[in-house]
Amino acid sequence: MTRYAEKNTCISGIGQSAIYRQPTVPPFRLAVDACEAAIADAGLTVADIDGASCWPATPTGSTAGMGAASIPDVVASLGLSLNWHCAGDMAAQLSPILNAVAAIAAGYADHVLCWRALGERWVPSYGSAAAAAGGARRLQVPGWMDFLLPYQAPSAAIWTACHASTHMTRYGITREQMGAIPIVQRRNAGLNPKAIYREPFGMDEYLSARMITTPFTILDCDVPCDGATAVVVSRLDAAKDLRKPPVIIEAVGAGTGDRLDTWLGRSDYPHMAMHDAARMMWSRTDLKPKDVDTAHLYDGFTWLTLSWLEALGVCGEGESGAFVEGGTRIALDGDLPLNTNGGQLSEGRMHGFGHLHEAVLQIRGEAGERQVADVRVSAVGNGGGSLGGAVLLRVAS
Amino acid sequence: MTEPARALPQISEMNQYFWCGGVDGRLHILRCGPCGTYIHPYAERCPRCRGDAVSPQPVSGRGTVVGFTVNHQAWIKDVPVPYVVAIVELEEQSDIRLMTNLPTTPIEAVKVGLPVKVYFEPAGDIYLPLFEAA
Repeated sequence: MTRYAEKNTCISGIGQSAIYRQPTVPPFRLAVDACEAAIADAGLTVADIDGASCWPATPTGSTAGMGAASIPDVVASLGLSLNWHCAGDMAAQLSPILNAVAAIAAGYADHVLCWRALGERWVPSYGSAAAAAGGARRLQVPGWMDFLLPYQAPSAAIWTACHASTHMTRYGITREQMGAIPIVQRRNAGLNPKAIYREPFGMDEYLSARMITTPFTILDCDVPCDGATAVVVSRLDAAKDLRKPPVIIEAVGAGTGDRLDTWLGRSDYPHMAMHDAARMMWSRTDLKPKDVDTAHLYDGFTWLTLSWLEALGVCGEGESGAFVEGGTRIALDGDLPLNTNGGQLSEGRMHGFGHLHEAVLQIRGEAGERQVADVRVSAVGNGGGSLGGAVLLRVAS
Repeated sequence: MTEPARALPQISEMNQYFWCGGVDGRLHILRCGPCGTYIHPYAERCPRCRGDAVSPQPVSGRGTVVGFTVNHQAWIKDVPVPYVVAIVELEEQSDIRLMTNLPTTPIEAVKVGLPVKVYFEPAGDIYLPLFEAA
């Protein structure tokens, strides 16, 4: 038996709700839709689900916001009977997958329902909520934000932009190079009926788009939305004869960082926790970056995707600008198709689980018009700053 | 002086040295006595030698802009844009980095590598560290 428990697990089912840019359906309802769809996709019934995991830790009663579906509420709506559940953080948006692997290894569960539910359009955006909180004479939230809000930095766009300037200045990476990512992803989104934005744009439009915070324009920032994605992580032995072929979890990685309490304290700044997550993932597999057929990398802001390419070793340090330049290499028919569903920049901020869902579709050959030929291995990387998680998926051989 | 349009931190026993320490005109950062390692934000033990002799010490207040952004988005009511948010690395130790503003430095003069020095904006018992071109 392998030392690494994820190799004895798989993704057996996936489900995703509709995705909305405007408040339309209560987000908790979307979460239940996604969970039911994932269980059905696996060919399982509610009675088969004996574990549950979500991220982030979501208070019971939440129906919208960054976490729109708590474990107790999903249990109640689906009538689940669990042996195990966990909403702990260890690998950013991909935490439920790593926690599910651990639970299966421990024998707590065979089929773990994992979800990520967003209801961001029903509440003030993260940045405006933080900014509003900052209007008070004294902040009410101690900790990391204490060191940011006094400096008018309520948004991750600003924090990420500072890191981007360091990296792009050091290696001479240009906005024109970076712009290949949103342009290619929008073209991919044109083949994804669920994507919020599907109209293509070119380099002129990219370069003249409304500036948010240098070097990020509005086209470099992902699209807050309502929607939910669920997957079932199963013990491989228990998934061999299910409805769909299992998608093997070949390796996982968690961003453990040298300081988890700040984005700024790493000895290797502007590297992020993603570099630790990628390193851990590759340490658990014989596969190499060259074996990856499609990449599904976090794009909350475009530069994070550049950084993920380097963290994963797809290209060398400082080489991500040249790697994506012109978009040929990362296009659907390129060497490494990237964010084939349009990513969070076009499909909507499904917050990591959108990337995971798309990777499973590609490996199964179910990605429709945007299907890449002969996908055997897909890499998923999620998170920025002190958050990082990575999963390598492959076909069952 | 008018009240700054800034949110101000909650002062606690753990962070008072940083936010209020500027009363003497100097920036204060936690430092391990025996091994000399600077630590920020606060921690109870030295991450290098694990020792507990950690206490706030004045630093030079000199550093370098290692990253910055010119923010154009009006996130916060009544705060005019554009403005610069920068990450300053202190000269004492490369991994001691502060997020800050450079309100008195012309935006077009801000660049990666710019040498800067600290100054303080008083607000009650708080002396908010800010930076300007050195």
